[in-house]
Amino acid sequence: MTTHDDAAVSRRVRALEAELERLGVVDGGQLDGILDRVLANATPAAGARVVARAWTDPAFRQRLLADGNAAIGELGLSMSHGPAPQELRVVANTADVHNVVVCTLCSCYPISLLGPSPSWYKSAAYRARVVRWPREVLAEFGLDLPESTRIDVWDSSAETRYLVVPRRPAGTGGASEEELAALVTRAGMIGTAPV
Amino acid sequence: MAEPVGRFAVGDRVRVRLFDPEGHTRAPRYVRGHVGEVVGQRGVHPLPDAVVAGEDPEPTAVRAVRFDAAALWGSGEHSVTVDLWEDYLEPAGPGREGPRSTDLRDDDRELDG
Repeated sequence: MTTHDDAAVSRRVRALEAELERLGVVDGGQLDGILDRVLANATPAAGARVVARAWTDPAFRQRLLADGNAAIGELGLSMSHGPAPQELRVVANTADVHNVVVCTLCSCYPISLLGPSPSWYKSAAYRARVVRWPREVLAEFGLDLPESTRIDVWDSSAETRYLVVPRRPAGTGGASEEELAALVTRAGMIGTAPV
Repeated sequence: MAEPVGRFAVGDRVRVRLFDPEGHTRAPRYVRGHVGEVVGQRGVHPLPDAVVAGEDPEPTAVRAVRFDAAALWGSGEHSVTVDLWEDYLEPAGPGREGPRSTDLRDDDRELDG
């Protein structure tokens, strides 16, 4: 079985990093420090906490949609662990509008809230097709939206990263914030799953 | 965050410049030449085209521009919103997506009808 470590792209990155270190362009220790900071708490559980809070606290939801960076700060989360701080834009699904995120040029994505991105998110097929046929692509993911639901696709082609707040599942009125967070998936926060 | 300085405001109709640079750009090819509406501000950032070329550009305004799928592809009911540096944008007339795409869709309708 091919693992991530022996994928062609990983070998290429390792060779490039070694050469840049040899030339003194980057410092390996510095790079490791950045990676550690970015990845330390980067899991979908972070994004799920944000979503669960938005479901249970309408005022937080409003603040989150108005200024994502400030709102996630209330939960002790940040988009500023990488080499440059990133702007966070949060979009919420409703009965009328479904949001889905892509980066057609590469694979930009809010890694500190969602963890490393799924391989399909980086695939040429997803990037090319979701801007053209989103309803069909979502159906292939098992997400069949009613015809009456409009689809907004967000192509994160610049410096802003997008997070989708899925619709709260029916019948979860009595659930705690923690129980709600456990329902939220990485795909749901990209927009390719209902939750 | 301070209001970014820029030429275009939310609600403005803009056209993505039709250009074909040899080097890096963050203007996806599928929106070049198309008209959309500014729906949001995305701060000010150095233009990557210039950064990659080894220059040290002043940050310029980035706008979220929404395109109707039908204007981009000729069909489709969805929208696609793309974050674009203002360097990629020029003003477009009010209200229309451009005569060409509108006319083609009118033709389609007649053929279908």
